[in-house]
Formats: sequence, structure tokens, C-alpha cells
Amino acid sequence: MKNPFETDERKAFRETVRSFVEAEITPYAHEWDEAGQVPWKLHEQLGELGFFGFGIDEEYGGLGFDCPFMRAIAAEEMAKCGFGGVGAAVGGRGISLDPIQRLAAPEIRDRVLKDIVLGKKGSSLGITEPGGGSDVASLKTTAKRDGNHFVINGSKTFITGGMESDYFVIGARTGGPGLTGISLFFVEKDAPGFSRTPLSKKMGWWASNQATLYFDNCRVPATNLMGQEDYGFIAIMNNFNNERLALIAGCLGMMKAAYEDAVDWAKQRETFGKPLIKHQVIRHKIADMSAKIDAVESYMLMICWNMEQGDIPVAELSKGKFFASKALEFVASEAMQIMGGAGYLRGNRIECIYREVKVMAIGGGSEEIMRDLAVRQMGF
Amino acid sequence: MKVLVPVKRVLDYNVKARVKSDQSGIDLANVKMSMNPFDEISVEQAVKMKESGAASEAIVVSIGPAKAQETIRTGLAMGMDRGIHVTTDEDLEPLAVAKILKAICDEEGPELVILGKQAIDNDYGSTGGMLAALMDWPIGSAANSMEQAGSELTVVKEVDGGLQTVKLQMPAIVTTDLRLNEPRYASLPNIMKAKKKPIDAKTPADYGVDTAPRLKTLKVTEPEARKAGIKVEDAAQLVDKLKNEAGVI
Ligand SMILES: Cc1cc2nc3c(=O)[nH]c(=O)nc-3n(C[C@H](O)[C@H](O)[C@H](O)COP(=O)(O)OP(=O)(O)OC[C@H]3O[C@@H](n4cnc5c(N)ncnc54)[C@H](O)[C@@H]3O)c2cc1C
Repeated sequence: MKNPFETDERKAFRETVRSFVEAEITPYAHEWDEAGQVPWKLHEQLGELGFFGFGIDEEYGGLGFDCPFMRAIAAEEMAKCGFGGVGAAVGGRGISLDPIQRLAAPEIRDRVLKDIVLGKKGSSLGITEPGGGSDVASLKTTAKRDGNHFVINGSKTFITGGMESDYFVIGARTGGPGLTGISLFFVEKDAPGFSRTPLSKKMGWWASNQATLYFDNCRVPATNLMGQEDYGFIAIMNNFNNERLALIAGCLGMMKAAYEDAVDWAKQRETFGKPLIKHQVIRHKIADMSAKIDAVESYMLMICWNMEQGDIPVAELSKGKFFASKALEFVASEAMQIMGGAGYLRGNRIECIYREVKVMAIGGGSEEIMRDLAVRQMGF
Repeated sequence: MKVLVPVKRVLDYNVKARVKSDQSGIDLANVKMSMNPFDEISVEQAVKMKESGAASEAIVVSIGPAKAQETIRTGLAMGMDRGIHVTTDEDLEPLAVAKILKAICDEEGPELVILGKQAIDNDYGSTGGMLAALMDWPIGSAANSMEQAGSELTVVKEVDGGLQTVKLQMPAIVTTDLRLNEPRYASLPNIMKAKKKPIDAKTPADYGVDTAPRLKTLKVTEPEARKAGIKVEDAAQLVDKLKNEAGVI
């Protein structure tokens, strides 16, 4: 189907990302996944292509504009390599960029942002704690003012890119209970009292690392407070909308990859005297998969269009996110089923996509939380 | 110094070409088209020369249908300065292309024209040579590397069984081979900048070139499908088959 929102620039950008992914990522993605790491050069190459520059001013290496369609294109094409850890490894910084640009002290912003946007340095956003991720309002890490410093105590976990990041944006409680009361802090990897350990043996996203961060009387200068005290988290809530859009687009890319591999296989594989694709049961699976992919894509494009108009369609982004991860769950399962034993072998896109359904269903706002948020946004 | 780079929009190299059922040519409906890979190398070379200060202006030209404008934009997004689009829906032969390029050279006065050594669709491999003849300029074809010193150009050419080094006096023509460089990806900032770079719209008639075909395509067919191989039982059978069936030993 033709896309009514297509422009020459979007098409050209998709072309760039697609050919980059096909030539520089897909052939190595499995190897990186097994190794648990992508080469740092990949961060820099993507930085140069403008991958991390959406919504960031040109003086900080950004694009000087934002475009939800292009954000989605980047995430979708990246996901098509089939190994979600690659996109997570490089894209982990994404959720920390806007807070640094908007809320960090000018000295910090001018010193670090450009390096992060150009892929020279890594950064992570740390909100989730061992005690929970969904219930952000109850987070327990604290920061207490001590003269010209804040002293942070507590821990964060599941922090994507955390083992390699030089810079962190951390949510910590400075005030009373609830969402107001949470401030954001800029923490560098060599801050006194800061340490980190990797989460090992995960179900997926192997090419990326997730860290547990420990703050043991971690002292940071008071100027590392980002934005207004107690109102830091509230100030970055919008940020999660771009993350959710990228996750929807990621689901879409994964679905397309799974579908493509399944259809290719179904055309080649013969059972009971004819190609798989000629068996009605398989044809129906293909119809169902394809319909779900189209639905997610159409919904996503409408969401992008609304975002481009300046709206923040929180309900739709929330619905879109769980709808996309549910569709992905279906498509990954059916694609795996079509491929049979062949799909079960490590190194296949589908094997990895199937395992990584769950991170899409849990990370960045779980399906349950997305449903709840959507209905609240709808006013009930 | 001005550098001119002609580029062609061709069937993407990843796409499997399908012959039309009436055997009149390749089916190009709804298939992915891209810049001829050799032309990407030419563009990269010109952009590199701009970056090093060797070239002052790099112009990208495409002669082709309305959609060839996308191919020009790709060149602009890679770093070329401006474009010239000569619109035609005919599938021009190398001589007609070379004549149009000559007219553009006369008008623009480049000191260097970098072309791909061939386009991967028709594989004629003759436009660069024809243009050199029409301009009466020297040519370094199938360039593996090139270096410029003043008005002299040293080109290392890929020839059968090795490399050959030639020196050319500019103005000159160079055609590119695969190993000359690795073309860059168009970055998003450059894609956005390319939007604002000018493209001159022209037609073959503007250059007074007669584009009537000199060749007639009789038919286009698929290469014969490869037959499946066989398995031999043992070495003796292999030797026997190589000797008596294949006749190679
Ligand atoms: C690979 C990976 C990478 C991550 N990267 C980051 C990162 O970079 N930065 C970061 O801050 N976090 C990150 N996270 C954390 C992620 O955001 C959390 O996992 C997510 O928010 C869910 O939190 P939780 O795991 O603590 O589950 P919990 O909040 O404990 O929830 C457990 C389950 O209960 C459900 N649930 C919770 N509350 C309710 C309710 N009220 N009603 C019904 N059901 C409910 C949830 O949906 C979930 O299914 C990452 C997670 C993963 C898996």
C-alpha cells in the first residue's frame, strides 16, 4: 500500500538506514549477539548518519529538527536485522538525550551532549529499581543536599547500556512521596560512591548490556541537579512518548522480518507433495500475520502524523505499544511455527525475534501499564 | 576545479531482474531502482576531492525519466553541490548520452568528468570512452586509484592480470572501478541539506542532440538455468566422467 505521509526525504532516509543495516549490521548481528556486545564503531557510524540527532540542536551534533516518521523509520529498519540487542545497545542513549539537552546545567550540556549524539560516548537513563519499574512514583533511591553537593543512595537496575555509558541521568527522591518529589541527577561513571555490575544471562537483547547501578553515598555537585528540584520526573514524561513510538516501530520491523523469513521458507519447503505455502492452514497464517502487520503500520503512521502536528497522543501511543507487542507475539509465534525446526536454531532472525517479544511487552511501559494509562487518558 | 559526475538510475543490484513476457526488455514496473553502483563510487570520489580542496564544485548529472531526480538527490545528499537533470523517457544509447554530456561539458567547462566504468543494467561500458573521444580528452578507465597534482592526473587502472599506471593532462575523463573507494551513506543532515540544493531541469532538445537509437533490440532472454549436478560414487567414476563426458582431462 502507498503511504500517504511519504516524502522524498523520508524515503531517502529509509534508504540510507536500510542499506546501512543490510551491509554493516545484519551480516554481523548474530555474532555480536553471541559476543554480548556491538563494536563501539557502530555507535559512531550511526551517530554520523544522524541516528541520534532527532530533536537535538545542531550545535550539539543534532539535526536541528524532529520528525516522528523518521524516528519510526530508524527504529523499524534497525529492528529488521532481527537481533534487537543491537538496536538497544546503540539506542539505549535515546531516552537520556532530551533530558540532558533541556535540563542539564549549560556547563554539563556543552561538555557532554555532542559526544553522546555523535556516538562517541554512551549515556543511559536510570529509573527502574530492583524494587520495581512500573510504579515509578514509589521509587526509593534518595538524594539529600549536603552543602554544594547532593548525596545519592540506592540502586537502579535493567539500565540499558549501563556498563558502557560514561553518563547517567538518574531519578532520585528529593521530596515527599509520589511523582512530584522525584528529581533528576546527572551522574558520571567515576563519581565517588558509584559502581555497577552487569545483568547476565538474559532471555534476549544479548548484544546490549543492562546494568545494576549502585549509589553508596554517591556525591555529585549540586549543579548536577537537572531541572527543578522535585519536578524532574514530571518534566521528562513526554520523553517516554518518543521511546514508545520507537518501540512500536521496533515491533513493526521485527514482525516484518519474521514474516519475510516465514514466507520465503514456505515458498521453498515442500511437504506432502507441495510447497508449504500451498497448504491452506499456512496460507491463513500468512493472511493473519500480514493483516496484523498492516494494522500496526497504519496505526503507527497515524500516531506519527498526530505527533508531527504537535499533539502528544498519549492514549494512542499507549494503545499502539501494547497492540504492537501483542501483534508481534502472534506474528513471531506463527512465523516460528511455519519454519518448524529450522526456525528453532540459533542464528536465525526468527529464533531471536521470538525470544525478544517479551522485552517489547515489558520494557518501556509494560502491556498492563500501557492499557491502564490508555484508559486513564481516555478519561475513565 | 569543477568536477562533473554523470549518474544513472538502474535496477537495484540486489533485485533479481525479470524479463518481460514479450522479451522486449527487463520488467521495471514496481521494482526498486537505485544509483548505478559504479556511479556511487564516482560521486564519492568527487566529494572526496571537494573535501580535500582539490575540487571547487561538484556537479551531478542524470539523463533519465522524472524519477532520476531521486538519483540526483542521492548524489546531492552524498555531498555534490548541484544537479542537472536531463529528462527523457527513452532508454538512451551510450552515444546519445555521450553527446548530451559533451554539450554539458561545453557549457559547464569541467576539468574532470568521473563516470562509472559501466552501468549494471545494459553493461555497455562505452559512455566514458565515447565522451573522451567526442571531447578529445584523455581517459583513465577502470580506475583503481587516482591522484591529482596540479593539472596532471595519475590514474592506476585495473587491466587484465594487473594494474597499469597512466598520467593524464586535465581536462580529462576517468571511469571508476569497484576498488577506487567505498561510497559513504547519505547522512540524515545531508539528506535534509540536499533538499535545498538546486537541480537544473533540461531536455535532450535543449542540447540539440539527436537521440534516435542506432541499435535495435531483437529480444531479451533469461540466461539458461543451471542444471543440477550429480553425485559420483567414487574417485574412479569421477575420473571416468571427467575424461569421457566432460573431456577436461
Ligand atoms: C531488557 C530491558 C531493558 C530495560 N532498560 C531500561 C532502562 O534503560 N532504563 C530503565 O529505567 N528501565 C529499563 N528497563 C526496565 C523496564 O522499564 C521495567 O522492566 C518495566 O517498567 C517493568 O518494571 P518491572 O520489571 O519492575 O516489573 P513490575 O513493575 O514489578 O511489574 C511486574 C508485572 O506486573 C505488572 N503490573 C505492575 N503493576 C500492575 C498493576 N497496577 N496492575 C496490573 N499489572 C501490573 C506489570 O505489567 C508486569 O507485568 C528495562 C527492562 C528490560 C527487560
